Amino acid sequence: MLSHVWIIPALPALSFVLILAFGKRLPRGGSEIGIAAVAIAFVLACGTGVGWIQRVNHPPAAHEAPAAEHEEPAAGGHEEPAAAEKGEEPAAAGHEEPAAAEEGEESTAAEEGEEHHVTPPVVRGTTWLQSGGTKVEVGTMLDGLSAVMLLVVTLVSLLVHVYSTEYVAGDRRYTHFFAFLSLFTASMLFFVLSKTTLQMIVGWELVGLCSFVLIGHWWEEKPNSDAALKAFLTNRVGDVGLLVGVSILFFAAGGTFDIIGINEMANTGEIRHLLLLVASCSLMAAVMSKSGQFILHTWLPDAMAGPTPVSALIHAATMVVAGIYLIARLYSVFWHGFQIGESTINLMAVIGAVTVVFGALLAFVQNDIKKVLAYSTISQLGYMVMALGVGAWTAAIFHLFTHAFFKACLFLGAGSLSHAVHSFDMKQDMGGMRRFMPRTYWTFMIGTGALMGIPPLAGFWSKDEILAGASGLGGEGGYKLMLVMGTIGAFCTCAYMSRVLWYVFWGEPRGAAALHTPHESGPRIVIPLVILAALGAVAGFANLPSFAGESIALRFEHYVEPTAAYFPGGLDAAFRHPEFTLWIAVVSTVVGILGIGLAYLWFWRGAGPHGITERSRPARAGYRLLENRYYLDHLYTGVIAGGTKGPVARAANWVNQNVIDGLVNLVARGTRGSGQWVYTHIDQGVVDTLVNGSGATAEGSGQLLRRQQTGKVQSYGAYLFAGATILAAVFVFIASTS
Amino acid sequence: MLLNQFLILSAVLFAIGVYGVIARRNGVAVLMSIELILNAVNINLVAFSAMTGTLAGQVFALFVIAIAAAEVGVGLAIVLVIYRNRRSIDLDEVDLMRG
Amino acid sequence: MTLLATVNSDVPFNVAQNVGFGVIAVLMVTGALRVVTTNNVVHAALWLVLVLAGAAAQFILLAAEFVAITQVLVYIGAIVVLFLFGVMLTRAPIRGEAGLTRSNWFGGALVGVLLLGLLSFTLLDTFGGDRLPADTRLTLRPAAVSQAEGTEPTAGSNVGAVSDSIFSRYLIPFEAVSVLLTAALIGAIVLARKE
Repeated sequence: MLSHVWIIPALPALSFVLILAFGKRLPRGGSEIGIAAVAIAFVLACGTGVGWIQRVNHPPAAHEAPAAEHEEPAAGGHEEPAAAEKGEEPAAAGHEEPAAAEEGEESTAAEEGEEHHVTPPVVRGTTWLQSGGTKVEVGTMLDGLSAVMLLVVTLVSLLVHVYSTEYVAGDRRYTHFFAFLSLFTASMLFFVLSKTTLQMIVGWELVGLCSFVLIGHWWEEKPNSDAALKAFLTNRVGDVGLLVGVSILFFAAGGTFDIIGINEMANTGEIRHLLLLVASCSLMAAVMSKSGQFILHTWLPDAMAGPTPVSALIHAATMVVAGIYLIARLYSVFWHGFQIGESTINLMAVIGAVTVVFGALLAFVQNDIKKVLAYSTISQLGYMVMALGVGAWTAAIFHLFTHAFFKACLFLGAGSLSHAVHSFDMKQDMGGMRRFMPRTYWTFMIGTGALMGIPPLAGFWSKDEILAGASGLGGEGGYKLMLVMGTIGAFCTCAYMSRVLWYVFWGEPRGAAALHTPHESGPRIVIPLVILAALGAVAGFANLPSFAGESIALRFEHYVEPTAAYFPGGLDAAFRHPEFTLWIAVVSTVVGILGIGLAYLWFWRGAGPHGITERSRPARAGYRLLENRYYLDHLYTGVIAGGTKGPVARAANWVNQNVIDGLVNLVARGTRGSGQWVYTHIDQGVVDTLVNGSGATAEGSGQLLRRQQTGKVQSYGAYLFAGATILAAVFVFIASTS
Repeated sequence: MLLNQFLILSAVLFAIGVYGVIARRNGVAVLMSIELILNAVNINLVAFSAMTGTLAGQVFALFVIAIAAAEVGVGLAIVLVIYRNRRSIDLDEVDLMRG
Repeated sequence: MTLLATVNSDVPFNVAQNVGFGVIAVLMVTGALRVVTTNNVVHAALWLVLVLAGAAAQFILLAAEFVAITQVLVYIGAIVVLFLFGVMLTRAPIRGEAGLTRSNWFGGALVGVLLLGLLSFTLLDTFGGDRLPADTRLTLRPAAVSQAEGTEPTAGSNVGAVSDSIFSRYLIPFEAVSVLLTAALIGAIVLARKE
């Protein structure tokens, strides 16, 4: 059954086509098709998850010829070594030499109480095209990572579909909206099930397209279409990196796009380290743009111009984690490229850590609740990238998993609020909302708690695992800088989320909230909120630390982390798992509570140096810097775009004006001048008739040349052809005489 | 048959096409002349394909046909725009590049 | 007729083929001349049809049926129709227009003649009396004959071979052409659309 996962992305794709074709004529404008397709996809994804768990519990033995073997004739090649490793039998036929060499490390890992059954991924593929000896395959690849992503995407998408039926009810492009929600779901599922890097590019671009269309859903307003364009163009910058990276890997791996193949070659050292490093850096550019990492993150806050359900689904829970998924999928490449296991600092970890803090700082100065959440998303994505950068793979994916639920909950909660007050401005149009919207309030509180990392909500477990990874993994001394940055990030998160709570739910109603009494949203909005809040509360228990007991601890790690040869896990001694460290958990919680406490004093009690931004120059400068988002947008549009556009145009104009025109005029004038010169100087001395003749000829030729500048394209064409003919004749003549 | 039969036919068509491109005033007529040139190229390609006994020439002739279709599409669109802006497709009047 | 003298004469000329070639070639040259000299754009388009059909016939003589069919479908079927639409949309007078040829056509004629002279000289100099190796095989004789001669049977249809070639060796150019066509399509729409 697991080899038929292609049905899951196919369903929403079909729904996209059906909605486009018939949506307008249906009583509910096509939303029923979308919901049905995504609901079935969700059920199937659950089935896939269960199937995968069973497969991990009872890995198919190589000699039993499991179902997966004959279902994937095109992909049998790499299945075999992975399956052969099963059961620690180095003598098994087809066992690869390097894998055998690593057997010692594998048993070391096993000593840590981790039984190392190798569960081969379920791969199924078919040849898409063949050109000049290169075979390009398409197909699905299912392992724990894909299964988790399937669950997250289908669940959040389903809830967002249901939510949207009320949120965008009556919209003039209601059908269009649901069509693209379906297409987005299909693309994202296609992306996470990709068997080859080429397929990943296709999925990557498709989700980007959907993001563009949905951000610009209300394109009649200029800021919205600008935001859509900005998102699209910023992502193009990263896509260049993706293309370059994939191409490098394609050639480095000897002409294959196969993800498993590339990873295995990276693990066995068949690809040179330099190539891996360059490929990793290129792919990092793609990750930075798609997952909103610092310096290419500027599109994400603007993307909040789209409808709120879209922000929840695409710009918080699923699409923006595509970059994280890309790293996780090609982790062997990054692992060896950045030497994550041995180093104490590397590009990925630094980008992640910087993003954590810078994103969180930006969240302080926003008054639009969705923008706060957007910067919060950037910051949390930074945590994930940082976790991957320090080698805590499972922690990153686990954080992705929990973050999807509580951040979707927060976004949908923000949507519910704005549905009531028709505004996103916390400072002007909200306040005291907890009295009007109790259910939204409670779900938002749980989501906030999870985001802050308050035990025992989901965020606590995943964030703590990341911090533990930063302190315990890596080379000598670990990634200390990342630990510090992560803790600062935790502090900021708590503080800015407290600020949001104060502005939205406490205080007196202001603006729209005061004018007309807001009321709780309907069930189709509240029920998804409740489900997501519940998941945000309990999802953390999926990966309890090892003190919880053998049977329930580290389940997520056990089922999700790949064990086969395409993952550095089983092969590299440096790949370790972070241990739960009490002092880190305590410190991060205390720091968080400190953040909440300070915010409490500042907002609720009115304590602290209010108005410092007016009084103190450094404080004002800092505030200004944040308010202008580190001036990155100015840098991009003003300096870079303006800097290239203007001068290039001016340079072209200058060349046109001075060089080309000048050249022609020069020729004309020069000929004429020489005619004059000939006339005045030589003329007088030499025979008059001859001189008169030559002077006249020169002047005439000058006039003639000038007249040729007619502006008539065909005349120029004639010269072109004549010149080419004469030149060719010269060549022919030379060739025939020599 | 001789190879040169085809090549010289192609050369004649090519030269006529060049004449047309230079001498016609009507934008559409210029595009037609360009088609003559492309056809001459195609005859050349197919003739050499027959000469060498390989299919490369024929495949490229097909590519040329496809590209010619694209060229005519864009070319006629440009002619339409010129017509819309200047109420005429007389190329002699399109002389904004006059020095 | 110096070139005929250099022809290696072990294989006799196929008279029918050569006559066919001659007739078609004369028609094509006439048509091409009319295309560039007629004072009526619609007539020019119709003369162009003659040239294009002649080219298709030449392709068949050269045993390139698939190219010939594509030529008919794409050129005569689509491109000429496009031209006629272009003529209609730009409201060129159907009746003769005195100045369809520019006043300085002489320059064009000079360039054309020069070019033709150079090309003919070079071609005759280089290829002289080379015969198409497939002179015997190019005819539409049954495959048995060419097998008897120990050569590849090309007399049958080569459509399969052409398509194999396109979809294997020339796949990337093929995809590039499809992208180009899409780009041209979008470009043409953007250009021609009314604001």
